[in-house]
Amino acid sequence: MSAQLSSVRSGAAEMPGEPLLSIRGLRVGFRKAGSQFEAVRGIDLDVAKGEVLGIVGESGSGKSVGMLAALGLTSKNAVVTGSVRFKGDELVGKPAREMRKIRGARIAMIFQDPLSSLNPVMTVGAQIAEAVRLHQRVTRKQAMARAVDLLNLVSIPQPERRASQYPHEFSGGMRQRAVIAMAVANDPDLLIADEPTTALDVTVQAQILAVLRSLQERLGLGLVLITHDLGVVAGHADRVAVVYSGRVVEQATVSELFADPRHPYTRGLIASIPNLEESRERLFSIDGAPPALGSLPGGCAFHPRCIHAEARCREQDPPLLDLGGRFSACHFATTLPPFHGASLAAASLETGSLTP
Amino acid sequence: MSRYILRRLIAMPFLVLGIVTIAFLITTVTKGDPLTAIVAEQQMNNPEVVAAAKARWGLDRSLPERYMIYLGNLMSGDLGTSFITKRNVGTDILYRLPATLELVFAAMIFGTTLGIVLGVLAAYFRNSLIDHGARLFALFGSSLPVFWSGLGLLFIFSVMLNWLPGPGRLDARLPLPPGITGFLTIDSLLAGNLTVFKDALWHLLLPAFVLGWTVSGTISRLVRANMLDVMSREFVLTARAKGASEFRVVIVHALRNTMVPTLTVIGYSFAYLITGAVLTETIFSWPGMGSYAVEAARALDFPAIIGVTIVGGLAFLVTNLVTDILYVVANPRVRLS
Repeated sequence: MSAQLSSVRSGAAEMPGEPLLSIRGLRVGFRKAGSQFEAVRGIDLDVAKGEVLGIVGESGSGKSVGMLAALGLTSKNAVVTGSVRFKGDELVGKPAREMRKIRGARIAMIFQDPLSSLNPVMTVGAQIAEAVRLHQRVTRKQAMARAVDLLNLVSIPQPERRASQYPHEFSGGMRQRAVIAMAVANDPDLLIADEPTTALDVTVQAQILAVLRSLQERLGLGLVLITHDLGVVAGHADRVAVVYSGRVVEQATVSELFADPRHPYTRGLIASIPNLEESRERLFSIDGAPPALGSLPGGCAFHPRCIHAEARCREQDPPLLDLGGRFSACHFATTLPPFHGASLAAASLETGSLTP
Repeated sequence: MSRYILRRLIAMPFLVLGIVTIAFLITTVTKGDPLTAIVAEQQMNNPEVVAAAKARWGLDRSLPERYMIYLGNLMSGDLGTSFITKRNVGTDILYRLPATLELVFAAMIFGTTLGIVLGVLAAYFRNSLIDHGARLFALFGSSLPVFWSGLGLLFIFSVMLNWLPGPGRLDARLPLPPGITGFLTIDSLLAGNLTVFKDALWHLLLPAFVLGWTVSGTISRLVRANMLDVMSREFVLTARAKGASEFRVVIVHALRNTMVPTLTVIGYSFAYLITGAVLTETIFSWPGMGSYAVEAARALDFPAIIGVTIVGGLAFLVTNLVTDILYVVANPRVRLS
C-alpha cells in the first residue's frame, strides 16, 4: 500500500499541469427501435491527480452515463464520440482488450446499489481476489491474502472470516465497503463512485464517505463523486461540475460554487437544500421537471424552468463560458443578480413556484 | 445440510409406499379385465380354465388381500410376474432400464449442452441472427413430434446418406459385451472391445440427439430469459468494471446465477424421460422402459404396469433429491434455510 499522503485537496489553484482525466466534448447517443436520442450532449471535465471532483445532477441528467461511456461500459447500442484522455492516453475508440487493462487497474468504478453490485454466488473474498488476479500475476493464495488485507483496509472487522462469506451475509454498508476494497485492489489512479451512498442509511452514508475519503487521501487517488446530493459535494469535493440534460452547466471550486453560483440551475439546487438555521415554512423547489431526453427544448435546455429566461435563451444554447478558472453555461453568467438562497425562495413566493 | 438430506432420505420410503398404493389402486379401477391377457379368447367361456387362472394369479382374492400380498412380495424385492412374458417384472425392468438410462443420459448431455450454449448465445447476441436461429431451433425441437423428426433424421442420415446405422442398440452381428452396468458403451469399454463401443456409440447418436433436441428447446429458452435478467444486474457491470473479459463476465458471473431454474428443468426432464421416451424408443427399436410400459398397458399386464410406475416414481424422487443437493452447490443462499 503506497501510503503517500496527498495534500492536493486545496483547490484548482494548485492543480498540476497535466490532468489525470480530461474529457472534451463527450457525447453519448442511443439508438432504440429507430428513434435516436443523446443522453450526453458534450461534456467537458478535468480531474487532477489526487483531486475530488463532484458531479451533481438530477437522475437522467446523463452524469452516470457519461462516466460509464468514458470507461467503455455503455451498452452496445450506444454511440460515444468526443475525447476522453487518461494520463494523455485517448480512451474513446480504444480496443476492448486494451480498455480491460485500464478498467479495474488504473481506473476503478463503483456503483450505487451495494445489494446488487456483488455476485450473490461468489464469496466476497473470491470476488476481491478476482479483481487482483485480473491485473496482477499472483497465485490464488496471494490474491486471497491481498483480499483479506483490503477488507481490513476498509475497516471490516474479522476480515479472514468475512472473506469466506457470501454477499447476503453482509449488511448494506459492509457490502459497499467490500465493493470499495475491490475497487482499490490494484491501487488505481482514479476512482469513479456513482452515487456510492444513495442506497444506504444516513448513518452508514457518512461512514462510507469517510472510508472513501481516507482511502483517497492515503492512496492519493483522483476521485469522481457522482451524486444528486449537494450536501455530499459540499462536504467532500474540491471542485464541482453541475450537469443538466447531458451538459455541464457550471463548474467551479466548492467554495466558489456555494458562495456565488453563476447558473440559475445551480442557484435553484442550492436554494432547495433544506436548511435548519433558516426556518422556512416551505421548501424551495425548481419549477417544472427536467426535459425528456428525446424532446429537448430549443436554445438553453433549462430555459423553460428558468426565472431569468429571456427571448435569447429560447434560441441560443449558451456555450460553457470561462469566467476565469470557473465555468458557466448561461447567457447571463456575469450579469446575474447577487445570490442569496433565501431571497430566491422569497422571490419565488411571489411567482408561486413553491411546492409544499 | 447433511441433516436436510437425511430428512429427505427418511421420507423416501413413505413416498415410495404412496406411489405403490396409488399405482396399485389405479390398476384396479380400470375397466379392462386382466383375464383377457392371461386366458386365450376361446377358453374364456370355460369356467374351469377361468377359475384356475384366477386362482393362479390371485385374482380371486379381495383387493386388500391382494394389496397386502403385493406389499409383502415387494419387501423381499419381488415385483411379481408379468402376465405376458411370464418372467419376473423386476428381471424385465433390470434388462430394460439400463437401455433407457443410457439413452436418456446421452440425450441429456446433448440437450443440456445445446440448450445452455444456445441460450447463452441467444441472450448475449439478443435480436441478432444467432438469437433468431436459436429460437427457431428451440421451436422445432419442442414442437416437432419425435415420430416426425426421428423418422426424418433416420431417413436422411441412415437411409439416404448411410452415415449412421439404423434402429437398434447394436449391430446384430456383433457380440453383446458382458453385462456389468447394462450400458453398452461402458460395458464394451470395460471389456476392451472398441469395435462394439464404436458401434454402440453410433447407434446411440441419433436417438439421443432427437430426444435431446426436445429438451434443449426448453432449456435454451429458459437460459436465455434468465441470462437477460442476470446480465442487466449491477454485479455484471461491476465485473466488467474490474476488467474481466466478456467470456468471464458471461460464464463465471452471469451463467452461474441462472443455474437454479435450469437445474430444475434438467432434473424434471431427466425423470420424465425415464418412462416418457416411448416414441423415440419405438422408432429406434430401443428396448427401453417406454416401450415396455406401452406393451404392458396395451395388454393390461398389471404387475408390469405397477412395476413401471414404481420405477418412474422412484426416478422422480431420486432426481428431485439430486437436484435439491445441486441447488446448494449452485446457490449459496439456499444453504441457510
